[in-house]
Amino acid sequence: MTHAMNQQQLQPLMRETASQTAGPYVHIGLAPLQTGLNVFANNFGNVLTKAQTQGQRIRIEGRVFDGIGTVLKDVLIESWQANAQGKYAHPADQQPGKTVDANFRGWGRSCTDFDTGVYTIDTIKPGLVAGRHGRFMAPHISLWIVARGINMGLNTRLYFSDEAEANGKDAVLNLIEWEARRQTLVAQRHDVDGAVVYRFDIRLQGEGETVFFDI
Amino acid sequence: MANQNAPSATATATAVQADAEYLMRDTTSHAPASCTAYKTSILRSPRLAPISLQNSLSEVTAPVFRADELGPLDHDLILNARAEGALAGLPVGERIVVHGYVHDQLGRPVKNALVEVWQANASGRYRHKKDQYIGALDPNFVGCGRMLTDDNGYYFFRTIRPGPYPWRNRVNDWRPAHIHFALSGSGWVQRLITQMYFEGDPLIATCPIVQTIPSEDQIRGLIALQDRSAFVQLDSRAYRFDIVLRGQRATLFENAVNGALL
Repeated sequence: MTHAMNQQQLQPLMRETASQTAGPYVHIGLAPLQTGLNVFANNFGNVLTKAQTQGQRIRIEGRVFDGIGTVLKDVLIESWQANAQGKYAHPADQQPGKTVDANFRGWGRSCTDFDTGVYTIDTIKPGLVAGRHGRFMAPHISLWIVARGINMGLNTRLYFSDEAEANGKDAVLNLIEWEARRQTLVAQRHDVDGAVVYRFDIRLQGEGETVFFDI
Repeated sequence: MANQNAPSATATATAVQADAEYLMRDTTSHAPASCTAYKTSILRSPRLAPISLQNSLSEVTAPVFRADELGPLDHDLILNARAEGALAGLPVGERIVVHGYVHDQLGRPVKNALVEVWQANASGRYRHKKDQYIGALDPNFVGCGRMLTDDNGYYFFRTIRPGPYPWRNRVNDWRPAHIHFALSGSGWVQRLITQMYFEGDPLIATCPIVQTIPSEDQIRGLIALQDRSAFVQLDSRAYRFDIVLRGQRATLFENAVNGALL
């Protein structure tokens, strides 16, 4: 088997297809309801929970800013996370002793509002996921940001302000040598009328620029 | 699915895991974040270097989609948005089929990938609140579709060939006719949005968005070729568009992505 795989690796690699901007009309394809188009019976959206989903309900909300602080109103954000046990609903997750929640896929898609620029994601707080080589990772949500003017989707992570101790041990946050920049990935908890809301603003450029990852 | 070869959590460090993690992204295959000629990119591009991560479970997993989440006409843009009542009919324009294969960089099919497409109509007009172009809307066309690749990585959909249109960059910039594609493969790192262009379109060479890509080969990879072998007789022409997503590499002597404590 090893021999066969080496043969395969010696073949020239194909190049990844070039990325292009999602453009201003990304909603037509990925979030048609946002622009009033009711084409699909089943629409992907920003509410990740069902009544039976296990875990603590939370809301993520925030805005996206350009390099001079303008609020952007044409951004699409996708989120990907583990369930309350820290298990991804994907066959590559072989962590022992954890089970998939049949009522939670962990993937969402949210658009910034055309008027206010606010995006929201209604989900649950993810559990701990084992990191590479058993390294520690704090609870986090992966985000992917696309819009007009973004030539290739931007990857970042959202961490939680009420997990300061875990964040301090997180293998990925600790890769960021500029400690002040780590804070750009920490969503701030606010309890609003009994609901748990984490505010997470994204700054594409300039002062307080969000840390983005080459993954 | 791709987990048939996945080892158990107790696999040893000498196990070969064929599908654990992904090849590093070759950034020379893509546009830089900021491109002067594509004006909007200037203020929407990070100035600081991205932090490079080795894959963890968060990067090698991704949502898994089921066929029953999609409707029977979701991949038929000619029929999936027909008007009701007196305006009901077929959309205006050239009927085409678009088809191709989604592979990873090692040539393996990417199965069960979600392919989502959107586009302007034959007049070059989008059905979107923000599109003010004078080109006419078509009551029988919205321009969105989606499908899953089969076990060979194959996809196809039917649509109307989109028209080119002017856009506010410089006052005489026109987008070549194009279809937007969004791909979701088996790992989060494979997520990709791109645009497909049509063979022979003279606008490709002067489009500031196409020309953000710093490689003629990579641009050529976005241009679909007319594929006479797939024409629907007396009905539609066809275009072939293949897509390559990040490759999954064999991890020799290193098998800890799955969280095993080694």
